[in-house]
Amino acid sequence: MSLTTDDVRHVARLARIALSDQEVEALRGELSDILAYADKVGEVAAADVPPTSHAYPLRNVYRDDTPQPSLPADEATATAPQAEQGRFRVPRIVEEP
Amino acid sequence: MHPLVAADAVGLQRLLKAREVSATEITQAHLDRIADTDPHVSAFIRTLDQAALDHARDIDRRLSAGQEVGALAGLPLALKDILCTKGVETTCASRVLQHYRPPYDATVVRKLRQADAIVVGKANMDEFAMGSSCENSAFFPTRNPWDLERVPGGSSGGSVAAVAANDAPLGIGTDTGGSVRQPAALCGVIGVKPTYGLVSRFGLIAFASSLDQVGPIARAVPDAALLLEAIAGHDPRDATSIPTDVPDLHTTLEAGVEGLRVGVVSEFMGAGMSDGVRSVVTAAIDRLGALGAEVVDVSLPHAGYGVSAYYLIAPSECSSNLSRYDGVRYGLRVDGETTEQMMASTRDAGFGPEVKRRIMIGTYALSAGYYDAYYAQAQRVRTLIIRDYEAAYAGCDVLASPTSPTTAFKLGERAADPLSMYLSDVYTIPSNLAGAPALSLPVGLDDDGLPVGLQLMAPVLGEPVLFRAARALERELAIDSTPRGNGSLAQVAA
Repeated sequence: MSLTTDDVRHVARLARIALSDQEVEALRGELSDILAYADKVGEVAAADVPPTSHAYPLRNVYRDDTPQPSLPADEATATAPQAEQGRFRVPRIVEEP
Repeated sequence: MHPLVAADAVGLQRLLKAREVSATEITQAHLDRIADTDPHVSAFIRTLDQAALDHARDIDRRLSAGQEVGALAGLPLALKDILCTKGVETTCASRVLQHYRPPYDATVVRKLRQADAIVVGKANMDEFAMGSSCENSAFFPTRNPWDLERVPGGSSGGSVAAVAANDAPLGIGTDTGGSVRQPAALCGVIGVKPTYGLVSRFGLIAFASSLDQVGPIARAVPDAALLLEAIAGHDPRDATSIPTDVPDLHTTLEAGVEGLRVGVVSEFMGAGMSDGVRSVVTAAIDRLGALGAEVVDVSLPHAGYGVSAYYLIAPSECSSNLSRYDGVRYGLRVDGETTEQMMASTRDAGFGPEVKRRIMIGTYALSAGYYDAYYAQAQRVRTLIIRDYEAAYAGCDVLASPTSPTTAFKLGERAADPLSMYLSDVYTIPSNLAGAPALSLPVGLDDDGLPVGLQLMAPVLGEPVLFRAARALERELAIDSTPRGNGSLAQVAA
């Protein structure tokens, strides 16, 4: 398993991390080594072995359908880097028409 | 050392109930101890002196008035800085959450407060619980009280070092792949990873949701049992919380090991372990036999694939969980012209190298074309490991192994090689994959005078037999858990 710097840049874009060239180069080697080690999972467990996502499976976990007080908007936005009128403020997403 | 900070939790409770000492005196003695030791150990990101003393005085008032107090009344506790505390900074040792004040308490924190435990501080850790040395904290490394040039282990290194340094008799950590047990082994204290789902994860800042579990840290097995009973229990706010009663650990705690079948995991006694760990662990297992346990060899044939499976499953879950740090709702924001630039710059500045590494592995493993070969395949290996345990427990009550292949290593020794750091957890990871309980018990020192931990494991919800076996061995070995020797805390803080 050997990654190229383009592979690393592609994954960084998916993960929304603006890596420096130096970080990309370091991660290329490190990720290749780690994935080569992780590749060992391919040596065992044929396709007929069912995957386990949770060791203690619980299904259809519901709470009682009773109204509960929720976090007030001003408390929920109090920790935001930028908030306005009980809303989170972000840079413009949609272009002007 | 002040006798109140040398005492264990059960002993302090006895003194408090007899009114021979007040909660305020207990708390003040521990705050003084922290002031002496923490300049050397750096176990805490922040101490909570005023809140601790206020709580202690309130407990004393209630005791004087003949009112009820909780099950952990007056007992100082070091809380890993990964559990949300309302209005008090909760950083996960990350720059991205450096100034985050949660608007709510984690369920575990609420239960601790109801039980009247005294939270003396928020303890250091590897950033987002990713690491085995505490060196990945964005703020500073924590040091091992047994040798200040060595790591305490991780990721719960701060909570564990605080308990080892007598800063508090109790600590709370979290264990995703060994993050309570491995540091407990390296610092010579007891660390428990309960059954997955026994302790609520509500308000626990998520790393790998199918593996994360909160666990107690203490210097005596009965103390760890007391703490686990206080934090366990079903929580409707955690959909993975098991709807079961709080386990009764005390009824059978002193029942001994006569007749218990202890399986020694042969895959965990092979190459890769230091000679010192091997001889101390082997001697401890022999003592279990001398106490009347039936010691047999067992095999977990797929356990050797645990680290590989873990380093696909945990990073995959982490890459999803940590997508929430986008500079919008909380934490750091680095401005950018577009929202995407703002997010990408925030995440570059906010996360340290190990967190980025794991997000990258996970994103890669989950990306188009690789999901089946990596994530799904790792989950199949998880099934095989669970089947291995089921087969082993058909003939055994508990399993035994070393907790860590080595004793504490030097700061910086493994920092440059992520894979060697990952292998610190080779014996602890399989229990997380299986969702089963395990603990680390100090069982002696190696030739360098560093603590060695024995790992005991039990089937899902097998905590009573796990604690019973640990207690029997603890009584037999009567280990002195005070850090001592060259380079230790004892040489700089009396």
